[in-house]
Amino acid sequence: MIDFVVHEEGDGVGVVVVEGIESGRELTGWIMEEDRDIKITSRSAIPIGHKVALKDYAPGDTVIKYGTDIGKAVAPIGQGEHLHVHNVKTKRW
Amino acid sequence: MANELLDQGFLGYRRENGRVGVRNHVVILPVDDISNAAVESVANNIKGTLPLPHPYGRLQFGADLELHFRTLIGAGSNPNVAAVVVIGIEEGWTQQVVEGIKETGKPVTGFSIELNGDLETIRRASWKAQEYVQYASELQRERCPVEDLWVSTKCGESDTTSGCGANPTVGNAFDKLYARGNTLVFGETTELTGGEHLVEARCRNDEVRARFKFMFDRYQELVDRHKTSDLSDSQPTKGNIAGGLTTIEEKALGNIQKIGRECMIDGVLDKAETPTGPGLWFMDSSSAAAEMVTLCAAAGFAVHMFPTGQGNVIGNPILPVIKLCANPRTVRTMAEHIDVDVSGLLRKEMTPDQAGDALLECTMRTANGRLTRAETLGHREFVLTRLYESA
Repeated sequence: MIDFVVHEEGDGVGVVVVEGIESGRELTGWIMEEDRDIKITSRSAIPIGHKVALKDYAPGDTVIKYGTDIGKAVAPIGQGEHLHVHNVKTKRW
Repeated sequence: MANELLDQGFLGYRRENGRVGVRNHVVILPVDDISNAAVESVANNIKGTLPLPHPYGRLQFGADLELHFRTLIGAGSNPNVAAVVVIGIEEGWTQQVVEGIKETGKPVTGFSIELNGDLETIRRASWKAQEYVQYASELQRERCPVEDLWVSTKCGESDTTSGCGANPTVGNAFDKLYARGNTLVFGETTELTGGEHLVEARCRNDEVRARFKFMFDRYQELVDRHKTSDLSDSQPTKGNIAGGLTTIEEKALGNIQKIGRECMIDGVLDKAETPTGPGLWFMDSSSAAAEMVTLCAAAGFAVHMFPTGQGNVIGNPILPVIKLCANPRTVRTMAEHIDVDVSGLLRKEMTPDQAGDALLECTMRTANGRLTRAETLGHREFVLTRLYESA
């Protein structure tokens, strides 16, 4: 059972692909490019399609997905927490 | 599986200019907003016609007017259209649209309302529409090689599952069609923001790269000139954000998955321009679904692959829109809109290659005549792109 997917090794986020993830659950992740499984414990409720942080972030840290910069943290984010518009913003526009 | 499937080709309508269509519409086309009423009346009189009402066409000028003509002429010229009745308020612009469509060699006749009134125009145009419907209804499909199928793509109401499931599925299918010499297009200029360097790296040569950069920078300047905020309420959209997409960069990187891993970008088109040869084309375009798909129809594309995450319901009157989705919740809650379910990709129940083949199979069935879900639901969004105010 895969709870979240990661595009490639080195990405700092995973995408939750099942419904009903609560805080404190051990989640199984699949790194698609390398076809490798990882485990992580959720620290927030995370809706399907939303991202889970795979590491700790301080404000200003760059978030990497698809091996590429997708924006910066604007609040502290802990591993296993919900990472979205409340704690990450674009560097553009 | 893909090779055997693609070897079979598809059953299409070969038009006078050699292009192949997968639908056989008789279009009733207004030149301008005030001709919509006559167009609707003709379509009501003669069953089997397709009216394309729209809100524009008066006092446009310059590049915006050129785009208006290019879009209308392109829509009428699309190989999914067998014949066209054009109706406009006056003779000049009506004939300009007629002459443009006539270059394809297909039957087309124009009617203007001034000096006739709506009723006389409707009477004359209805006789012509009846003739065209009976003509079109006798045309037969013939077997055509797969490379004669022009395929466009654009995604909508994307979420994170688009980037890891539905969009790479289109990419897989595009790689397979590219190898066959098909004509392909993608666009959505602002939705490449953050991944533009990846698109540049895929351009065939410096000339193509320079033209892409020109189009990309032009759109960024437009955003900078008119924005009142950082666009974070529009790109990503509220729907994207609800689906888990956080920034434009993340959305763009997912979007770019649609051009596969092996395709090269062979050329760049302005809005509604027709490709001049096979390969993958980038078309400068809005990222709004109905606008972009209408531009693809005007450019001459015959079938459209539309990946969605949260469930965009768009269709197009001329261009069949095939929806694919990898979000299991959307596939469950909006099943009547989804043609190809690739949610198995995210459960490791399906490989990217199998997902690409499933999409190609649906595409070939659609080309052979099977209606898409958007077609059965009556989605006929014909939306013209405007560049600026009328005079």
